[in-house]
Amino acid sequence: MRYPILLLIAAAFATHAETFVIQNATIWTMAKGKITGSVVVKDGKIDQVGEKVMVPQGAKIIDAGGQHLIPGIIDAHSHIAAEAINEGSVSVSSMVGIGDVINAEDIAIYRALAGGVTTANILHGSANSIGGQTNIIKMRWGKDAQAVLFEGAMPGIKFALGENPKRAGNSAQNVGGAGARPLRYPATRMGVEDVIRQAFIDASEYRKTWQDYRARLAKGERIAEPKRDLKLDPLVEVLEGKRHVHAHCYRADEILMLLRVADEFGFKIRTLQHVLEGYKVAKEIAAHGAGASTFSDWWSYKVEAFDAIPYNAAIMHKKGVLVSLNSDSAELMRHLNTEAAKVVKYGGVTEEEALAMVTINPAKQLGIDTRVGSIEVGKDADLVLYDKNPLSNYAKVQRVWIDGSPYFDRDKDISDRAAKEARKKGLMEKEKQQAQSQMPPMKKEGGAARRPQSW
Amino acid sequence: MRKIFTLLLLCWGFLMAQPPSGIAIRNARIVTGSGPIIGKGTVVLRNGLIEAVGENISIPGDAWIIDGEGLTVYPGLIDSISTWGIAEATPTAAPAAAAPTGGRGAAPAPSAAPPARGPEDRPFTTSWLRVADQINTSDRRIESARNAGFTTAIAWPKRGIFAGQGAVINLGGEKPTDMIIAPSAGQYMTLSNGGFGAGFPASLMGSISYIRQVMIDAERYTKVKKQYADNPRGISRPEYDRALEGVIESPRLLLPANRAVEITRMIAFAKELKRPTVLYGLHEGYRAADAVKASGLPVLLNLRWPEKTANGDPDELDSLKALEMRDRSPTTPAEFAKRGILFAFYGDAVEQPRDIIRAVRKAMTNGLSEADALKALTINAAEIFGVSDRLGSIEKGKIANVVVTKGGIFDDRPQVMHIIIDGVKYEPTPDAPTPGGAGSGAPSMNARPRTN
Repeated sequence: MRYPILLLIAAAFATHAETFVIQNATIWTMAKGKITGSVVVKDGKIDQVGEKVMVPQGAKIIDAGGQHLIPGIIDAHSHIAAEAINEGSVSVSSMVGIGDVINAEDIAIYRALAGGVTTANILHGSANSIGGQTNIIKMRWGKDAQAVLFEGAMPGIKFALGENPKRAGNSAQNVGGAGARPLRYPATRMGVEDVIRQAFIDASEYRKTWQDYRARLAKGERIAEPKRDLKLDPLVEVLEGKRHVHAHCYRADEILMLLRVADEFGFKIRTLQHVLEGYKVAKEIAAHGAGASTFSDWWSYKVEAFDAIPYNAAIMHKKGVLVSLNSDSAELMRHLNTEAAKVVKYGGVTEEEALAMVTINPAKQLGIDTRVGSIEVGKDADLVLYDKNPLSNYAKVQRVWIDGSPYFDRDKDISDRAAKEARKKGLMEKEKQQAQSQMPPMKKEGGAARRPQSW
Repeated sequence: MRKIFTLLLLCWGFLMAQPPSGIAIRNARIVTGSGPIIGKGTVVLRNGLIEAVGENISIPGDAWIIDGEGLTVYPGLIDSISTWGIAEATPTAAPAAAAPTGGRGAAPAPSAAPPARGPEDRPFTTSWLRVADQINTSDRRIESARNAGFTTAIAWPKRGIFAGQGAVINLGGEKPTDMIIAPSAGQYMTLSNGGFGAGFPASLMGSISYIRQVMIDAERYTKVKKQYADNPRGISRPEYDRALEGVIESPRLLLPANRAVEITRMIAFAKELKRPTVLYGLHEGYRAADAVKASGLPVLLNLRWPEKTANGDPDELDSLKALEMRDRSPTTPAEFAKRGILFAFYGDAVEQPRDIIRAVRKAMTNGLSEADALKALTINAAEIFGVSDRLGSIEKGKIANVVVTKGGIFDDRPQVMHIIIDGVKYEPTPDAPTPGGAGSGAPSMNARPRTN
């Protein structure tokens, strides 16, 4: 019963998007090389792409004038558009979810659009060995929290290794002083491993409890229903391959530890996040099948980031790891294109391999590559038009479409600013006038107005 | 003969000892709140109930008569979220905070209790607490509220995620028990949390997840308790959990939702919880009116309209968003009325009861009709809290709560002449903190928030 409704919504949305053709563009397909040609968009999907296309009747023509068209950029690690990031109270916070606190009105969404980003993986913070549930959103600026969610995408969960989860219960405010609280376990990397292992032992037992209950109930036994535990439900989903694990990590040793724990319980780590020492254990990461989502050249900002090198992405890529570059920042998010460009400089990957690290590669890591990440027939029309080669420092995003609908237009943004400013001034003026007209006469009212407030 | 005379005397004495035996307000304009306005009619109140209302009502011989010539009778006003009647000195979480023991169901006060380790510790929860058991007739605000035309309030405990159960109370009576109309009007909920570094929950998503877990636990608790009651043999007994008991006995949940983002979020959450839910706040309701309508949820509108921060830095310019919210927030009631959304007002954070009426007037200058304004302070509130069969309009058989004014109740300076609660007549008093009625007081410049 749910699907027809979804289809109806999808249909309603699709009819909103018009049929149009972007002509004379340098198209980075991220599937079949770079071509000069056209893209036909119909019902929110890419209908045709090639040097020559059949222009549908009545289609609007957009002449790109040789500018660069790329698939929408995908950020595999972001914390925008959420009204909470860390449930830092407990070492396993899998009961909480970003999906509950999406703020579709966060201006960072619009700014991400201006940086060519159309999709992002919104993660819980890294304060816990096992953190909260994560969600993928599209930057559908102007839509509500339900409508920005990437429909049908597999949900995820955040794990975190190393300094953050071991220090979160040990921060200055918690040591000594009047506000001292008992330290939160764990305080070492060994402890982080133990917390994760124990959580999955608990989840396995919990799963068995419910399986036994259902079996005995089916036999007609009288038995009290076990308790449902929102903390363990998502971990059971991980065990059953129904939820992706995105693990914040830095050091080679902890990366190997996590892969071993996952193997022990028979689940997969979908992505290693940050993974700055990934180059040291790239073979092992590739063998596990985990993706790596890293920074281009950000290091030494904390003790566990000292061994980072800018060649990390390129080395992991060459060793067969699926690599993406992420932002972890609302600011960095707006120029992921140049983050990708750095991998051409440090490691010598091709331009297209570099751009893949912010488009099709993160799409594959998030399991949404059948929908987004490249310009191919049948995929969502999530497109970004740059005035220059997107790997150039000088490239600016001109227009962005998601599902074939326009969400950003640089010219329009600039021309709308005056009207916004005027509206603001008008409202301030109106407020000022209202305040003046409400001012009571000074004589007898003064005393009452100055009466002491009850604080 | 003598005996009969004595009996009559006794009867007469008895009647006189029960003042008033009846009140008739005649020749008054009657805004019934349920049917059309009666231009000139009579209302008869007896035994705490409305005995008759209409144009051609014969006045019982023993009734005290109020000449309503030039006066208007309204149903008594209702404030949907209030703390009137709860002694200010004893905020609701205090008794719970006095028990600093840890463990299940014993950690309601964040400051006193050790940090909670998870939902099982039932943090920020006093769901079992009933305001009905804490009503105090000596709260001086009751009188101020009456002076402004309020006869009824829904008083709520307000601390915690599951703060406790509110009560529908009449703002008159000799003792607290006289005041209670419905001892459990619902569960007052917030999304409070301790913040980063505190015990569970330390974030908004933690609070939401906690509520979800408690509701799931409550559903199971109901099920296994019934299973055990039906036949306890062979099944281990369900562990008693007062937090769940409190949630289960609450007829509805009140969830906070002020900004549009919060409104759509809580609409989705309410759908998931599958319990009767009422949203409160709704300052950005004008932007989410269609979503509210589609949800079918009743809502309570906060009458403390957003205002420019007093004494703020003039160089710190307001955002367009903030300006728009201040400008359009008071249009929310009209937008809701237009769509037929069931909404009531609350003046909880407004300092003076009289300022509640001023805030309503602001909604009226922003398009709300007088009839809809009255509904939001009377019958709609009664409907939302399941007491419309006894409160909210001037109808035969309902509780005798009426307000008699000279001029309209929403006039610039409403003149309240009489307040009748449970059939007992109160005269407006020129009390010090809240001069009400008869133009005796100066309006305060701003409706300031209570800073508690």
